[in-house]
Amino acid sequence: MGIEQKLGNMGVVTTSLEGMVNWSRTNAMWPMLFGLACCAIEMMSAQSAHYDMSRFGMELMRASPRQSDLMIVAGRVSKKMGPVLRRLYDQMPEPKWVIAMGDCASCGGVFNNYAIYQGVDEVVPVDVFVAGCPPRPEALIHGVLTVHEKVKGQKFADLAKT
Amino acid sequence: MDKKLEPIIKAVQNKFSAAFEEFRGEVHLFIEPDQIVDALTLLRDEHSFELLSALTAVDYHPQTSPRFHVIYQMTSISKNLSVQLRVPLSGDNPKVPTVTRVFSMALWRERELLDMFGIEAEGHPDPRRILMPEGTDGYPLRRDFPLGYEEPQFTFNFDEIDLGKPYAKE
Repeated sequence: MGIEQKLGNMGVVTTSLEGMVNWSRTNAMWPMLFGLACCAIEMMSAQSAHYDMSRFGMELMRASPRQSDLMIVAGRVSKKMGPVLRRLYDQMPEPKWVIAMGDCASCGGVFNNYAIYQGVDEVVPVDVFVAGCPPRPEALIHGVLTVHEKVKGQKFADLAKT
Repeated sequence: MDKKLEPIIKAVQNKFSAAFEEFRGEVHLFIEPDQIVDALTLLRDEHSFELLSALTAVDYHPQTSPRFHVIYQMTSISKNLSVQLRVPLSGDNPKVPTVTRVFSMALWRERELLDMFGIEAEGHPDPRRILMPEGTDGYPLRRDFPLGYEEPQFTFNFDEIDLGKPYAKE
């Protein structure tokens, strides 16, 4: 089934600009290659042929923050890594989203101590938290789809306010 | 204790009047802070202890004098021997002379000593913190350093802890 079946005789589709822009944002969302610990293994697995995150337009993990829209924080963030994480986030172009993957990134996990941030929401604003230690690739993909839902519901009026 | 170790212990004891202790075959020699450089040099040059395999410390907190023991673990690869030198230090303003001129591996180990225990190595060429970021308060491996960093958030205390959380801004 292609778009030509929906075009009709006029060759025209009507949609809202909002819906169009949000659709294009969700279906070419490039995550940043940012593995910090064991969660990165599951993230790689989610990319691989078996789970295949490229079904959702995410086959490219960009090694540069300037080319990516989504930051997947995969692992615990130490106090020394925090400023680096913030700097990478600041280098990403707008609009951008953050997934805190796994327990360590979400709330510190088992590392309740002096060296680890108790949740990366102390460093960057987080859109979706994915629970699990580490979360399975399915869980990560569910998290990504949750971000997609959030993006699809975005209104231009709300963006103008912030 | 190893038979080969006995003359070496005697030699060190004679020269530095060091107290000697044995625990499960491990030999500890207690040395004064101002003699540690000479003791390490003696062991390295005359008794073929080529390797300083560990440099660390122990905190015996509520005990105040000595509160810390700085530990120099020496290994002789050629003779298959090991001996531990301990330097007892009091709790306020603990300092040891640097041993970087004897063993250059002490460069990073003494920075770790400063970072984790707040024990200063006098004369160290680069006395910065090594593991924690600059501007960290306190010394994490001291016994009086708070164990946890944040109280776990449960249903009953969620809001209370949430108020104090330092959330990031856009």
